[in-house]
Amino acid sequence: MGEQLFYFFIYPGLLFAGIVGGLLTWFDRKITAQVQFRKGPPVLQPFYDFFKLLLVKETILPARGAKLTFLLMPVLSLFAATISAVFVLLPLLGIDTGFEGDVIVVFYMLVIPSLTYILGALASGNPLAGIGASREIKLMISYELAFLLIFAAIILKADMSVSLSTILQAQAEGGAFIGSLSGILLFIAAIFCLQGKLGLVPFDLAEAETEISEGAFIEYSGTAYAMIKLTKYILLVVLPVLLVAFFMGGFSFEGINILWSVLKVLAVILLLTLIRNTNPRVKIKQAMRFYFIGVNITVILAIVLIYLGL
Amino acid sequence: MGFKSFCLKKSLWLFHFAGASCNNCDIEILDVLTPRYDVERFGMQLIGSPRHADVILVSGSINKRVVPRLQEVYNQASKPVFVVAFGACGCTGGIFAEGYSFGGPVDRIVPVDAYIPGCPPKPEAIISGVTKLVKSI
Repeated sequence: MGEQLFYFFIYPGLLFAGIVGGLLTWFDRKITAQVQFRKGPPVLQPFYDFFKLLLVKETILPARGAKLTFLLMPVLSLFAATISAVFVLLPLLGIDTGFEGDVIVVFYMLVIPSLTYILGALASGNPLAGIGASREIKLMISYELAFLLIFAAIILKADMSVSLSTILQAQAEGGAFIGSLSGILLFIAAIFCLQGKLGLVPFDLAEAETEISEGAFIEYSGTAYAMIKLTKYILLVVLPVLLVAFFMGGFSFEGINILWSVLKVLAVILLLTLIRNTNPRVKIKQAMRFYFIGVNITVILAIVLIYLGL
Repeated sequence: MGFKSFCLKKSLWLFHFAGASCNNCDIEILDVLTPRYDVERFGMQLIGSPRHADVILVSGSINKRVVPRLQEVYNQASKPVFVVAFGACGCTGGIFAEGYSFGGPVDRIVPVDAYIPGCPPKPEAIISGVTKLVKSI
């Protein structure tokens, strides 16, 4: 029991993933600033934001809304993000849990944060939050199928194994999955799914600041918003690291390989940030068409290629 | 200086409330986010919802129709929140001070923590005013 609690709260759970996520969020903001020829925020900026929201600001409850649901949802999203962080990071850091089927658990846990945003937004009773929630639902319908198909393709590529450590082993023996044609197609599709899941710019319709003033999060303040921020920091670790595990053969911790492992994660985030900074926000119609037609067909093509052995 | 006020100083999120503005101040506010001045160095961000705001920038002349809206935005913001009266119109009313529809200035409606005069204020003046606000926290 003690070991599990340590995994959940300290390493590689809440504390570790939160700190790494804060640093990666800084990296994302710094790159954004560099792209725009600005200097950018200091390294500890995400932590200042988090502690300000947590300790200083007042938490306001909506007058006409389901108050309990409104407050419970950020907690749930934080739990789900942390559990997915534990399940993704444990096999990568070389701690064998012997848990078969963690890939499926991770998939379900990664759905929960978006669901809780929707429920929290609807519980707040704000019309703009309602618009944000409806957009988030439509976005989820579009990218979740593609994301599930990517998981299925990876499982297929790793000889029908649903355990992350076996997937890593298969890559250690037969080379990283991104080295094959189907791997490249899957990676491109996965990058776009991540863009939607993280709510980054081409697909940030649910929290569009200028149109619907932060949309789904408009009513959150203080501690509740701090938890949502922390969830976002943790998701910015989990999803790129999951991609590194699926396509680039995970991490290794021998000598210079540590640097190489860190660079893999930074490269994925750099790619996400560059896409985010060079694209405008799309309409929900365009986003759905993009995922349903473009991304889904790419993934299905990749699955066919896997059957052909490419 | 406590940890709390340190964090607050380091991450001020700005909510931009434009009254009956002529849009000149609004453009100057966007100026301080550009590469030359870049207030994100100090952790300042423009955000969209008054619920997340630490600083409410009130620009433009405050006429009678804007008064209840400004009060509402101030009440909706999560405390502690600071109000900055921005530009000549926000500080005193400027050329509209004697107009028939004038309902301001800002400090008669909500408590103001800093004034940034000018028509419109230069970006340097904005940064100077905001730094004074940060020092006063």
